[in-house]
Amino acid sequence: MFRRVSGLVLAAVLAVSACGSGEETATPAAGAPAAAATVFAAASLTETFTELGKAFEAAHPGTTVKFNFGSSATLATQITQGAPADVFAAASPATMKTVTDAGLAANPTVFVKNKLQIAVPPDNPAKIESLKDLTDPKVKVALCAEQVPCGAAAVKALDAAGLKVTPVTLEQDVKATLTKVELGEVDAALVYQTDVIASAGKVTGIPFPEADQAINDYPIAPLSKAPASDLARQFVELVLSPQGKDVLTKAGFQAP
Amino acid sequence: MSERASVPGRLPWVLVLPAVLGLVFLVLPLAGLLIRAPWSTLGRRLTEPQVLEALRLSLVTATLATAICLVLGVPLAWCLARLSFPGRRVVRALVTVPLVLPPVVGGVALLLALGRRGLVGQWLESTFGVTLPFTTAGVVVAEAFVAMPFLVISVEGALRAADPRFEEAAATLGASRWTIFRRVTLPLVAPGVVAGAVLCWARALGEFGATITFAGNFPGTTQTMPLAVYLALETEPEAAIVLSLVLLAVSVVILASLRDRWVTSP
Repeated sequence: MFRRVSGLVLAAVLAVSACGSGEETATPAAGAPAAAATVFAAASLTETFTELGKAFEAAHPGTTVKFNFGSSATLATQITQGAPADVFAAASPATMKTVTDAGLAANPTVFVKNKLQIAVPPDNPAKIESLKDLTDPKVKVALCAEQVPCGAAAVKALDAAGLKVTPVTLEQDVKATLTKVELGEVDAALVYQTDVIASAGKVTGIPFPEADQAINDYPIAPLSKAPASDLARQFVELVLSPQGKDVLTKAGFQAP
Repeated sequence: MSERASVPGRLPWVLVLPAVLGLVFLVLPLAGLLIRAPWSTLGRRLTEPQVLEALRLSLVTATLATAICLVLGVPLAWCLARLSFPGRRVVRALVTVPLVLPPVVGGVALLLALGRRGLVGQWLESTFGVTLPFTTAGVVVAEAFVAMPFLVISVEGALRAADPRFEEAAATLGASRWTIFRRVTLPLVAPGVVAGAVLCWARALGEFGATITFAGNFPGTTQTMPLAVYLALETEPEAAIVLSLVLLAVSVVILASLRDRWVTSP
């Protein structure tokens, strides 16, 4: 029994180490050096950056782009704690500032802007038409927590409108907020315009004028300790190129 | 008993070495928290009303969730251990589903079942006007869902290990099954029930994924300590460390005092 178990363990260890070394020495395309770029990007960039990553791999044969999508603040913490990233694309200047303040990136460029919309279930049970309708205590509203960029933007927009909304929940990120609308648990939420488009009809977006007071800038920067610094620079160039703009604006982002 | 503890011979390194490594593995992250903790702000954080509110909510909901788990879980464990019925294996596997399910998925599943448009939730709202998401009751439901398997498994194990002859003797003396359960079985497996309840309470106290997904996050009604820690991590990692330590200290104190009172091990 013991022998059989230890054999299994050994096999597992071998398998794992085989995978590990396989990744590092990914077979290079004839002559080109094997290379991988690791991009840390805000959760709201999931769809667009995945598409841009494929375009990058096609344009640079033999390279791979790996993504780590998540809340910008979490990503910033991971980077300052030494995660081996090449590029950081954040959903707010404040989270990028954490990284630049730590001396890990310099001169970030704002590559897109994102605007809030009111998201409601397709049947709009509470008959929401404007931001003011969210102040009705009978309307269940989900907002992002103020600690994350979409929550900060929501507070700014509501302040600009001089309205006070009491939400039933303060969600940890924009996708969680959107899910609450998709499932019909809340009557309305404030999310990004891009999330409404990405939901493909599962929620309806209602634009509101006060959103212009709370536009979110998305900065991007190659990281100074990037293990693959050339690829990092090239990926940022792709994002800022007309091709990158095209992909991003199609998803609902606005040019800076 | 005492003989077994003092079997002479060399220390079995094959066991001791992995044991020490295992302990280090469990304690090292804790040491990381303690070393990085900003001790100077600890006092100030502790008195912040929002922290106290989250702590109170955590303790209340974890205790209520444990009570629900006891009321429903002990009979469930008894059925699994003492009754033979077709599909018992399947039932046992189903009981452990919340253990393997990622808690966030558990939260989504709860929404689909008990949410405003869920299978049962729809009916709850139209008949009783009750909605669970975004309420403190919702937090209790999420915690009970995730923590119940710990109780059921512990109690079932204790029931299987208990000597069945006491129950048989009681039965030959004419006691009904309910009387046997109350007067013989339950006292017999009491340590197992307490151990299971403690595990269940600890799991409920640390619950994050199912709670934030099903019950949402709002200070005072649904924001428990783990949720407060997570959100603090977004902006103030130091505050998150302090909050974690507070939660840790409170739970260790409670568990240690419980142990002395009820789980008196020789």
